Amino acid sequence: MAAPILRRGFPGGRWALVWIHGGCRHRNGAPTGPTHGSTRGRSSVAQQSLQTAQKPRKGEHKWETVVGLEVHAQISSNSKLFSGSKVCFAAPPNSLVSFFDASLPGTLPVLNRRCVEAAVMTGLALNCRINKKSLFDRKHYFYADLPAGYQITQQRLPIAAQGSLKYSICTGQRRSQMVTKTVRIKQIQLEQDSGKSLHDDLRCQTLVDLNRAGVGLLEVVLEPDLCCGEEAATVVRELQLILQALGASQANMAEGQLRVDANISVHHPGEPLGVRTEVKNLNSIRFLAKAIDYEIQRQISELENGGEILNETRSFDHKLGCTVPMRDKEGEQDYRFMPEPNLPPLVLYDTSCLPAGADPQQVINIDRIRDSLPELPSVTRDRLVGEYGMLPEHSFVLLNEVGLLEFFQNVMKETRAEPKKVTNWVLNTFLGYLKQQNLAVSESPVTPSALAELLNLLDRKVISSSAAKQVFGELCKAEGKTATQIVSEQRLELMQDREELERLCHATMDEHPQVVMDMKGGNPRAINKLIGLVRRASLSRADPTVIKEILERKLSP
Amino acid sequence: MLARTVRVRLRAPLGRLREFASKADPWAKAWGSSADGGQGQEAERASPRTRSTPAAPQEGGRVSAELIEHLQRLALVDFGSREAVARLEKAIAFADRLHAVDTDGVEPMASVLEDRCVYLRADNVGEGSCAEEVLQNSRHIVEEYFVAPPGNIPLPKLGKQDPFSHS
Repeated sequence: MAAPILRRGFPGGRWALVWIHGGCRHRNGAPTGPTHGSTRGRSSVAQQSLQTAQKPRKGEHKWETVVGLEVHAQISSNSKLFSGSKVCFAAPPNSLVSFFDASLPGTLPVLNRRCVEAAVMTGLALNCRINKKSLFDRKHYFYADLPAGYQITQQRLPIAAQGSLKYSICTGQRRSQMVTKTVRIKQIQLEQDSGKSLHDDLRCQTLVDLNRAGVGLLEVVLEPDLCCGEEAATVVRELQLILQALGASQANMAEGQLRVDANISVHHPGEPLGVRTEVKNLNSIRFLAKAIDYEIQRQISELENGGEILNETRSFDHKLGCTVPMRDKEGEQDYRFMPEPNLPPLVLYDTSCLPAGADPQQVINIDRIRDSLPELPSVTRDRLVGEYGMLPEHSFVLLNEVGLLEFFQNVMKETRAEPKKVTNWVLNTFLGYLKQQNLAVSESPVTPSALAELLNLLDRKVISSSAAKQVFGELCKAEGKTATQIVSEQRLELMQDREELERLCHATMDEHPQVVMDMKGGNPRAINKLIGLVRRASLSRADPTVIKEILERKLSP
Repeated sequence: MLARTVRVRLRAPLGRLREFASKADPWAKAWGSSADGGQGQEAERASPRTRSTPAAPQEGGRVSAELIEHLQRLALVDFGSREAVARLEKAIAFADRLHAVDTDGVEPMASVLEDRCVYLRADNVGEGSCAEEVLQNSRHIVEEYFVAPPGNIPLPKLGKQDPFSHS
């Protein structure tokens, strides 16, 4: 059973944590339709106990799944990678296109310094080796949105290589154990984005907008260490958080600033790797997980029925929840890589080898960039756990929900309540309400100050916790009243006068002698009934714990 | 002194020349398999169903019809006649003489600018906003978009016997 705090705090569509039932399992048999929420592939990396399906078929074999990701992140910069055109989402078609972007003859690429810095920051954040010398290449293929007929990329010697990314998964029977896993980063390279094609099937034509052509991309190639959709979703989410924390990319999947392609294959343990398929056109993390799980299941059932897997590119139809083959791009692509003749090598320095008297604009110092890296998500999470004593799972939820961490910190600034109480309120009551109303933190009717005020009232024991929930409900209506105003209007203050409460208890006991007898007879539920009666008599203005204490004292001889 | 060394090497026996002519392409080593986009991690995978890149010309220098078709498709050039293919074969043989130089342990030179480092431009906007000019070259535009056919139009498949549409 999942802990209640996480069930409600679980952000829809954002994968903070991954639930895996005692390891990756798979379900044999043909895919039953669009929903494959519970199927997994067995991890080839982790040693987990095997759990077979309930009804094993004859000759059933275990399957290992291999998932590799290629992530393209649009670099957050003012101008494009090799030209001075503006980078902007949603502008009039072809209005942000320079002569170089349109690949008119006589134009040359000029590298953007900011893009290089973004690549170095990302490489450092992902523990990569930064290559002090990296080279640019041309990757040739024909498509209407690639006017030059080739893309400038860094295939041979990229700017960064051999890194790693840690992510956390919840495992165990009660999903309470957090396991840290690592995925290796093969390389990070700078490359150009292509333009956008709008397909007009009616008139049998494609409309091409080159605004996006030439925008800087960071391609992050991950080694195939992953085994299922949920692991992939967690990794992509973590990468998104890192890129956003660095400011290297806004990494918004819905706006196309972060694109992920998945390579999936299955094989029997001990046998060589199977044929892989590539799944593209995934524009949300949720669809990424679904598509991978569907594709794994499709490959398994195809192979079990004696079919074979084609090395093809597929896209994900999210309405049907399945992958479909894309239009065949003329079979196997031969990209004819060649060095980019117009660009000399990119040379980076560190403090030890900085050339004397060099123009600072022309020199990039890796050490200087490393020293100015902002706090990474994993460090922020550790800091939250250390500073506020919250569970690691809470820190994940706080970071995964956009704007929630800032909200939480603003509340903490204005309240004297205990951090644990604040955490509980923010992650359960507040976030639960937002999820129910399908609101983002930025759209919340309750401001951090309002919540802080409410928590202060609770902390000073001016109101009971049930009254506080009631006040919160009122605050959500956003009628402009503060917590204090609501409390006085609805007379929710706790009774402060102890003597009056004692008199009330006494009166209630006299009115219900039967219940008192039951209590004296040792019935444990009777006292709760009496507490309820007293509370009702006090118009819910008495603290139940105090009532209980008074009653117990009265009843003891 | 360097020139003398080179001259000595070129005088190597002809047999050695032949040996180099059939050596594997050194660029292939740098880029790995170019067929799958150079993603080295795929090297161990089972072979895909589609055709792989046709073999490079062997010793003797004949270029197969399959390779001609492949090159025509990739580079959109038309090797219109047998003479053109013969000229291609001669050009390859001429270039093969580069293998006579012993390049063991020497990094390939990708650019004569290899001793320089690339110029870094400041991240300022200074170009663009010229949609009208950029679209000028295009004969057919729709509401400021370029117009292209719905997808890549594949080249017609050529017969194996006669790889030339006209001769």
